[in-house]
Amino acid sequence: MEFKDYYKIMGVARDATEAQIKQAYRKLARKYHPDVSKEKDAEARFKEVGEAYEVLKSPEKRAAYDQLGQGHPGQDFRPPPDWGAGFEFAGAGPSDPSYSDFFESLFGSQGRAGPGNRRGAFRPGRGEDHHAKVLLDLDATLRGGARQLTLRVPEIDADGRLVSKERVLNVQVPKGILAGQHIRLSGQGARASGEGAPGDLYIEVDFLPHPLYKVDGRDLYLELPVAPWEAALGATVKTPTPTGTVDLKIPAGSHAGGKLRLKGRGIPASPPGDFYVLLQIALPPANDDKAKGAYAAFAAALPFNPRASLGV
Amino acid sequence: MSSPEDQALLGAIFEESAVLTVKDLSRMCAVDEEHIVEFVEEGVLNVVEMNTTEWHFTGAALRRARLALRLERDLELNLAGVALALELIEELQRLRRELQVKP
Repeated sequence: MEFKDYYKIMGVARDATEAQIKQAYRKLARKYHPDVSKEKDAEARFKEVGEAYEVLKSPEKRAAYDQLGQGHPGQDFRPPPDWGAGFEFAGAGPSDPSYSDFFESLFGSQGRAGPGNRRGAFRPGRGEDHHAKVLLDLDATLRGGARQLTLRVPEIDADGRLVSKERVLNVQVPKGILAGQHIRLSGQGARASGEGAPGDLYIEVDFLPHPLYKVDGRDLYLELPVAPWEAALGATVKTPTPTGTVDLKIPAGSHAGGKLRLKGRGIPASPPGDFYVLLQIALPPANDDKAKGAYAAFAAALPFNPRASLGV
Repeated sequence: MSSPEDQALLGAIFEESAVLTVKDLSRMCAVDEEHIVEFVEEGVLNVVEMNTTEWHFTGAALRRARLALRLERDLELNLAGVALALELIEELQRLRRELQVKP
């Protein structure tokens, strides 16, 4: 198991005061919070920082951790046999089950609150609801259909430790679901401790990038390249849409960035979204004499100053 | 041959049908009802229907409440801070979406 240098993760000195540690945590938490951050490894970093803070903010855990010595990051680590003797850890951890093996080996299940000890009152007898987040391909909502979803589920193992297990579910994705919405699977949450019914599972949906379409709520956007003469003179061009290729009429006098709307051809939610086509003007290359001649004739025929609005 | 486990679980879109009460949100987010009421008072959650006996929320309130709780816990924010952060996050998301669909 890898030794974790919590001081290094927090970017504080080993003799940092509680105030300095708190300050460092707040700054890093804001920077890497998955709901706010744009950093690509934000979630992993945020968890690491949360784990480090969990240890360093508690005088007992910090003292126990300091007793281990500096160690070397990456070095294979085993807790000493007398580890933890004389320290009492009160369970006060956040609800995140994904702390590292290193943390678990030091503080184990006593180091954190169990999932049932979180603030708030549950309806007695009923199993807890579970929440998960998945990335789906856009086709799942456009057409609906079964998808294999792999979820990480917190579980209490035989030793009473909170561990994260993989759970594969085959789920019929409801057609028309939007990013940020939840698929609700009744009875797929935690089992009740007593006789009660199991909780529900809520799966928050987000979409993987699609090669052609961009998603904005229930609407879809496609960037469609057209030739200059198609934009200027108007044309009917083949256009891919989620429901198949259509013949799209480009009005004469269209310009780059022009937006055409195909009503109701977005995500089939209720009400359905729209499909927007954003026009891009693609220029044919001038890579032979014939093409160069055509451009020259074009220039000779049209008195056109594209920079007129710049006053030059 | 497909065993029952192989058959796909039928999922419903929670937001489309759900009408939530304070009690529902409290259970789903595992917080006290009082906490949900505070969210409403601070404008973090919007009540869609002021029923004579209880408040009703749309299904979208679940995501908002959970996000608010994460911000509260992870960033040690107070309610006013959560409300401000939520507004800014939504503005940021709107701008990012706009940027993404610009040609």
